[in-house]
Amino acid sequence: MSSMPGGRARTTDEDLELTPDPSLPPTAVDDAVREAEEKKWTPTKIAIWAAIALLGGVAWFMLAIIRGETVNAIWFVFASVCTYLIGYRFYSKVIERYITRPNDRRATPAEYKADGKDYVRTDRNVLFGHHFAAIAGAGPLVGPVIAAQMGYLPGTIWIIIGVVLAGAVQDYLVLFFSMRRGGRSLGQMAREELGVLGGTAALIATLLIMVIIVAILALVVVNALGESPWGVFSVGMTIPIALFMGVYLRFIRPGKVLEVSLIGFVLLMAAIIGGGIVAETEWGAAFFHLDKVTIAWGLIVYGFIAAILPVWLLLAPRDYLSTFMKIGVIVMLALAIIVVRPEITVPAFSEFASRENGPVFPGALFPFLFVTIACGALSGFHALISSGTTPKLIEKERQTRLIGYGGMLMESFVAIMALVAAISIDRGLYFAMNSPAAVTGGTVETAATWVNSLGLAGVNLTPELLSQTAVNVGEESIVSRTGGAPTLAVGLAHIMQQFIGGTAMMAFWYHFAIMFEALFILTAVDAGTRVARFMLQDSIGNFVPKFKEHSWRPGAWLCTAVMVGAWGAVLLMGVTDPLGGINTLFPLFGIANQLLAAIALSVCMAIAAKRGSFKYLWIVALPLAFAAVVTITASFHKIFSPVPAVGYFANNAAFSRALADGKAEFGTAKTVAAMEAVVRNTMIQGWLSVIFVVLSIIVIITALIATVKAFRNEAAGVAHQDHEDPPVASRGYAPAGLVPTPAERELMAEWNKLPAESRLEESAHH
Amino acid sequence: MSTLVEGFRGFARYLGGVMGADAYRKYLEHHAASGHRAQPMTEREFWRDRTDRQDSNPQGRCC
Repeated sequence: MSSMPGGRARTTDEDLELTPDPSLPPTAVDDAVREAEEKKWTPTKIAIWAAIALLGGVAWFMLAIIRGETVNAIWFVFASVCTYLIGYRFYSKVIERYITRPNDRRATPAEYKADGKDYVRTDRNVLFGHHFAAIAGAGPLVGPVIAAQMGYLPGTIWIIIGVVLAGAVQDYLVLFFSMRRGGRSLGQMAREELGVLGGTAALIATLLIMVIIVAILALVVVNALGESPWGVFSVGMTIPIALFMGVYLRFIRPGKVLEVSLIGFVLLMAAIIGGGIVAETEWGAAFFHLDKVTIAWGLIVYGFIAAILPVWLLLAPRDYLSTFMKIGVIVMLALAIIVVRPEITVPAFSEFASRENGPVFPGALFPFLFVTIACGALSGFHALISSGTTPKLIEKERQTRLIGYGGMLMESFVAIMALVAAISIDRGLYFAMNSPAAVTGGTVETAATWVNSLGLAGVNLTPELLSQTAVNVGEESIVSRTGGAPTLAVGLAHIMQQFIGGTAMMAFWYHFAIMFEALFILTAVDAGTRVARFMLQDSIGNFVPKFKEHSWRPGAWLCTAVMVGAWGAVLLMGVTDPLGGINTLFPLFGIANQLLAAIALSVCMAIAAKRGSFKYLWIVALPLAFAAVVTITASFHKIFSPVPAVGYFANNAAFSRALADGKAEFGTAKTVAAMEAVVRNTMIQGWLSVIFVVLSIIVIITALIATVKAFRNEAAGVAHQDHEDPPVASRGYAPAGLVPTPAERELMAEWNKLPAESRLEESAHH
Repeated sequence: MSTLVEGFRGFARYLGGVMGADAYRKYLEHHAASGHRAQPMTEREFWRDRTDRQDSNPQGRCC
C-alpha cells in the first residue's frame, strides 16, 4: 500500500503510530497478499463475473430496449441484482481504494471505546441486518409506487443506477467517516468540517427536514386508514400489543427479545384477522369508521404521548416488532415475485413522462422523478443512521463497505420490489387509486369515467373492476386511496394471492401490507419525534442551559410539544388540502430528503478533500452535484414556476386572484373556505421550499470553500486539521466481506488457535 | 434432520443478533474481558438500564 495514486500514502504514516502487540497474530491481511488476491483472475472468477454481466445486460435489454407488450417481473430482479453485484464488487472497491482507505490495523470505536453497551463489536453479517433494519422502512415502499405514474423505466433506472453511484456512496462514506470519529453525528461533523455557519445551517435544515419527513410519513398512514374500519382496528391494536410486549420484557421475562417478538407477531396476525371480523359487524364498522381528520388528530395525540412515555413501554417493543416484520416481509416479497413472476403491462414510459400535469404528482420527469424516489436511490436520512448507532458497532474498518454500501443496495432492492408490486396491477386501477378525490370524484363511476378520459393506451377501466377489487381487499372503496401504501398493498395482495391462498386471501394480504407499512411508519414517527426533540433541546440549550438537561421534564415536554405541533400542523394541512394532499406535499418530502443527502455529501467531500483524495474527489462530487442540481432545480420549480400545478406561489396567486374576484369555487376547491385553505397551504409550502433551499445552498457553499481551502493547503504543503480520533492499534481480527477470502481464512485460523483469554480485547479501558 | 435443526438454530441466532437479543451476553463477555472487579448487572438490571438509557439517547429509525 505504498503507492496511492491520487492520495498520499497515509496508511503507512498511521502504521508508524500503530505498534501492534507482538504476542498476537497480524490484525490485518498483509496488503501485498490482499492486493495479489484481488488482482488474481482465475478462470472460474472470470466466468462468474462474465455470466453476471451477461445476465444483467440481457435483463436491461429486455427492460429498456425490447419493451414488448408485456415484460416479465423477473427481468427487474435480474437487472437490479446483477447491477448491484457489479457495483459492489467494482465501484465500491474503487471508493475503498482511493477515498476511504480503511486500515484494519487500526481499532474501531467498538474496540477502543468498548463499554459492552453502546460500543460493542458486532459480527459483520448481524450488523448488516441491523443496519438494514434501521435504514429501510416505508420510504422505499412508497416513493417508487408514486413514481410509477411516469412508467416503469425512469424509476427503475434511477433506483438502480442512483443507488450504485449516489445512495450507497453516501451511506458508505458517512458511515466510514463517522466511525473514524468515534461515531460522531452528521451535525457534529458538519460543524467541525464546515465551521459555525455551515454547521448551524446543517443543523436547522436537518431539524426542519425531520419535521417534514415525519409529517408526510404520517400522512401516508392517515390516507391508508381513512374510512377503513378494518385498517383502523388492526393498526390500532398494535398499541396494546406493544404495551403488552413492553411489560413482558420489563417485568415478566427480561431480555427474551425473540420470544416476545414471536408472541407479538402472532398477536399481530390475530389483530389482522380480528379486524376483518370486527369490520363485518355493524358496531365495528360504525365505531372504527373514522374520517381522515379524526385519524390525523389521533396520530398527533398519540405521537406526543409516545414521545414522552418511557422507551421500554412502547418504543422499544414496537421497534422489535417492526424489525421482525421487516425481515419477514422482504423475504416474503422477494420469494413471491420470484415464484409468481407477474407479467407487467405498464409501458416503459407512460403518457405522463413527457408532461408535467400528472395527477399522482405534478411536475416534469426531470427533476421531479428524482425527488419522488428518494429512499431506495439516494436518501439523506440514512446519513443520520450511518452516523449514529452503526459506526459504534463495527468490528473492523474494512467491513464498512459491506455494511454501508451493501446495506443501501439491499434497500434499493426493496424499492425495486415495491415498484414491481405496484406496476403489476391494472394501470387504470393505479390511476383511480392514486389520483386525488378532487379529480376522480370519489365514486367508482366518476373515477372510471375520469380515468378513461385520460386517453391512456390500453386502459379501459370499468366501475365493476373498482368495486370488485374493493370487495376483494375488504375495503368499502379503493378510489383515491392516495399515498402509495394502499396501491402497494393491492399489488402485494395481487401477487401473494397467486402464491398462497387465492382470491379469498386477498383481503388478508392487503391488510397485512397496510399493517406493516403503518408499523414501520409509526416507529419512524416516534423515533423521529424523539430525535428531533433532543436536537431542539440541545439547540435551545446553547442559549438556555437548563434545556440541555434531558431529564428536565418541562423542557422535554415543551420541546416534544413543539416538534409534534410542527409535524402535526403539516399533517393536518395535507389531510385537509383541497388539492389532494399527497400530490402537493410528496415533492416536498423528496426535496427535503435529497437536500439532506446534499448536506451529507458536502460534509463527505470536505472530509475527503482534507484527506488528500483530490484525483478521485469526483466520486463524491458526482452524486453531490446531481443531488444539488436536482433538488435546487426542483425547489426553484416549486418556488418560481408559473404553472399553478407545479409552483406553490403561482398556485397561491391564482387562488388569491379568484378570491379577490369574488369567486365561490376555483379549480378543485369547491368552497370559499377551501380556496382560503389552498392560499394558506401554498404559502406555507412555498416558504418551506425557500428555507430548505437557502439552508442547503449555504451548506454546499461552505463545503466548497472547505474543499478549495484543503486543495490550497495541500498545494502549499500546509498540514490539515484532522478531526479523526487518534489511531489505536487493533487487537482483533475479522474478515471484511460476506464470504472470507482464502487469505482471510488463513488469518482467522491463526486467531482461532490463540487461547480464548488472549483473544479478548484487553485494550478496552476501565 | 439434525442439519435442518442446526440451520434453524443458526437462523434464530442470526435473527436474535439483528434484533439485539444477545446484548446481555455480549455485555457479560465484555465485563469479564475488561477485568471488572464489581459484579456485573443482572439480566433484569441490564435490560432496565438499556431501555432507560435509550430514553435520553434515542436511536433514529429511517423512513
